[in-house]
Amino acid sequence: MAEQGMPPRVSPVRRRLLRAVRLLFTPLRPDDYLELVNPLWSTRELRGRVERVRPERGGAATVLIRPGFDWVGHRPGQYVRLGVLIDGVHHWRAYSLTSSPDRPDGLISVTPKRVDGGVVSPYLVERARPGEVVRLGEVEGTFTLPDRLERGLLFVTAGSGITPVMSMLRQLNRHGSITDVVHIHSARTADGVTFGDELAELDKRHDGFRLTVRVTGRDGRFTPDELDTVCPDWREREAYACGPGELLDALQAHWKCHGDPELLHRERFQPIVGGADAEGEGGTVHFAHRNLDADCPAGTPILVAGEEAGVEMPFGCRIGVCHTCVLRIRDGRIRDLRTNAVSEKHNEIVRTCVHGAEGPVTIEL
Amino acid sequence: MQSPPKHPFAHLSADQLAELGREFDAIHEQVRYELGDRDRQYIKGVIRLHRQIAVAGRALLLGSRSKTLWAAGTGCLAIAKILENMEIGHNVLHGQWDWMNDPYIHSSTWDWDTASTAEAWKHSHNYIHHTYTNIRGKDKDLGYEIMRIDPNQKWHPAYLAQPFYNLLLMAFFEWGVAVHDLDVEAIRRGEKPLKDVWHDIKGISGKARDQIVKDYLGWPLVSALASVAVGRLSNREPRSAKRLLADRVRGRGWLGAAKAQLSAARTEGAGGFAATFWADFTANIIRNLWAHSIIFCGHFPDQTYTFSQDEVRDETRGAWYARQLVGAANITGSPLFHLMSGNLGYQVEHHLFPDMPSSRYAEIAPKVKDICLRYGLPYNTGPLSRQLGSVHRTIIRLAFPGGAPRPKPGPYQGEPGDDEVRAAA
Ligand code: FES
Repeated sequence: MAEQGMPPRVSPVRRRLLRAVRLLFTPLRPDDYLELVNPLWSTRELRGRVERVRPERGGAATVLIRPGFDWVGHRPGQYVRLGVLIDGVHHWRAYSLTSSPDRPDGLISVTPKRVDGGVVSPYLVERARPGEVVRLGEVEGTFTLPDRLERGLLFVTAGSGITPVMSMLRQLNRHGSITDVVHIHSARTADGVTFGDELAELDKRHDGFRLTVRVTGRDGRFTPDELDTVCPDWREREAYACGPGELLDALQAHWKCHGDPELLHRERFQPIVGGADAEGEGGTVHFAHRNLDADCPAGTPILVAGEEAGVEMPFGCRIGVCHTCVLRIRDGRIRDLRTNAVSEKHNEIVRTCVHGAEGPVTIEL
Repeated sequence: MQSPPKHPFAHLSADQLAELGREFDAIHEQVRYELGDRDRQYIKGVIRLHRQIAVAGRALLLGSRSKTLWAAGTGCLAIAKILENMEIGHNVLHGQWDWMNDPYIHSSTWDWDTASTAEAWKHSHNYIHHTYTNIRGKDKDLGYEIMRIDPNQKWHPAYLAQPFYNLLLMAFFEWGVAVHDLDVEAIRRGEKPLKDVWHDIKGISGKARDQIVKDYLGWPLVSALASVAVGRLSNREPRSAKRLLADRVRGRGWLGAAKAQLSAARTEGAGGFAATFWADFTANIIRNLWAHSIIFCGHFPDQTYTFSQDEVRDETRGAWYARQLVGAANITGSPLFHLMSGNLGYQVEHHLFPDMPSSRYAEIAPKVKDICLRYGLPYNTGPLSRQLGSVHRTIIRLAFPGGAPRPKPGPYQGEPGDDEVRAAA
C-alpha cells in the first residue's frame, strides 16, 4: 500500500459526527466527499498548503507550509516526511523542519537543497508553487536538544546539515538562550552558505554565539583535529553534528578516543544507500508472481532494480523510514545497504528500498 | 463431439509468437513510461464526477415522494453506481492506478459499492479469470459455473432453465458475482478449506450488511425524516374543519391536534421511506443490468475462441497474448459509452494489458489492430446490439443439447475504408 500522511488532530465532535453518518457513505467515507470541497479537510491524513517558496543560497529553497489542521508540533532537529505530487506520482521524502516550533503564524518549513539527479528536491526548489497541496507524514527523529541546557553547545554542520540545527538556533534565539554556542559550519563556497545571512546576523547580535564558516573549496575539509584550535573546550560541550557520512564517522572516532561519546549527537542528512563504491556482489531478484527476473547490481536497492525491470513496486520514503516498500522474501541473501550487513532470509518481510540482493533472491510479488 | 476449431494463431511459428510477445510488451512499456499528470487528472476527474452525481442523486431523493424528483434521483444514483463500479472500481482494483502511489486510489485499499468484497474479487477476477482466460475448466468466468456458454461444455438438463436464471442473474448480478467469488464448485468438491470458506462468507455478509443498511435503511430513513419535515412545515393543520370543531366541542383540542400531527407525520414518513427504498432498489437493478450486459459481451459473443487445457500446456508469453487477443471481444461506441462501460468496450486491450489505465485503451487500439493485421489475427469487435444479440442467442441455444461453434470472422481485415493500412501490411 502506498504511504499515507499522519492522522491529523481533529476535534472529537467532528470525528464523532463523521463516524455517525459513515454508514450512509459506505464503502466511501464522508471525508471522500468533503475533500472535493477542500483537500485539506481530510481527517484521515494531515495535509498542508504551500504558502511561499523562498529561494535560499546554495541551491536550496525554504518551503513554507500551512497545515490543514493543528500542527502536532515538533522539537527542533526533528524531521517530517513530506508527500509531494510530481507528474501524477506521489513521492515521499524526509526533510528536517527548519522552522522554529512556535512560529506565531503557525507555518512550518523545510529547506531542501537541490540534489542533482534527484526527483523531489529539484521539484521543490524549482517547480513548487504556492497553493499546492502536500501530504505531511510522521514527525520523527531523536536529534534534539536536551530539555535543560546544562552546558555549552557545539554545532558541527556541513552543507544541508545546517537544516536541523537552524531550527534549534531559531528556537534558542526566540527564547533568548543563545548564551554559549559554538558553531562550525562547512560549505563549498563562501556565498553558497544556506541561511548564511541569518547565521551572520545571529553572530553579530549575540556575544554567546561564535560562528566559524569553513569554505572547503578554498581551505579544504574540516578535520576533528582542528577542534582544539577552533573550540578548545569541545570536550565539555553538548555536541551536535550533521553532515555527510565521512565527517560524522570522523567525529565519532574522535569523540571516542579523546572525549565523551555520550556528548556527541549525530544526524545523517542523507541516508547512505548504495553508491558507486558499494560493497558486495549484487545478484538477481526473481519476482515470483510476475515470473520476471531483475538484475540487481551491488549497491542497488531491490526497489530500484524492480522498477527498472518494469515491476510496479510499492514505495514511500525510499530511505528506510516508512515501511511502505516492504515485500516478503521467499528465499535469498540480502544486504542492508546502510550497514552492509548481509543476512539470509526465508519468508521474511523486508524493506526493499534499503536492501540489495546478494546472490539470487526470490520475492513474493 | 465436433473437432475443435483450429486455432486462429495456429499458423504462427514459435519465433513469430515470440516476436508478437515483444511487440505487445513494447506497447505496455511505452504507455507505462508516458503515464503522468494527464492520467492522474483523468481518474481524479472521473472520481469527482461520480461523487458529484451521487450527491445530486441523494439530494434529489430527499424529495422522493415527488415523481419527478424520484425519477431524476434514481437516474443519478444509477449513473453514479455504474461509474463507480465500472470505470473506477473495476479498474482501480486491477491496479491500473497503483503507479500514482496514492494511498486512496490504490488496489490495496479500494473498496467498491457492490456486494462482493474487493479481496475476493481480486482473486477470482484479477488472478483466476485474467490468467486462465477462456480455458475450459480453469476460467470460472466461462459461463460462471451455472451456464453452458460454449458448445464444448457437456449438456445437462439443468441448463434448460438457463434462459430464465440468466434473467435473474442480470437483475441481481452483484449478488451473483459475490457468490461466484465463493467458488461453490470447489466447496462442493471439498477443495476449498473450510477456513477460507468461512473467511469469504464473513466478508460477503459484512459487505452485504453495509450495502443493505445504506441503501435500504439509512437513506430511506433520511428521506422519511425529510418528508416529515417538509410536510409539517408546509401543512400545519392536518385536520378537517369538521374534525376540528368536533374535537373542540369534546374538549380534546390539544390531544387531538397532537394525534393528527402524528398520524400525518407517519404517513409522510412512510411514504418518503418507501419512495427512496424503491429508488435505491431500482438504481441497483439498472446498474446490475448494465454491468451484466457489458461483461457478458466481453467473452461470449460468437467471435471468441475457447481453449482446452491441453492447448495451453507450456504456453509462452507470446501465446498468452494471442490467447487473450482471441478470447475477448470489443464493443464499439462513443467515448461516453466507453466511460460508462469502464472502457470494457476495449475488452481486447483490457485483456492484453489488465493493469494499464483504462483511459489509454482507445489510444493503443490502433496499434493492437495493426498487430492483428500483420500477424493475420482476428480483432473481435462489433456494436453493442450485435454483441448482446449473439450472447443471448448462445445462452438460449445452448440451453438445449448439441450446438456447434459459431462461424468465426477470420483474421482482421482493417476497417472498411482504410485500404492504405491494408496496403501497408
Ligand atoms: S520506502 Fe519507506 S521504508 Fe522503504
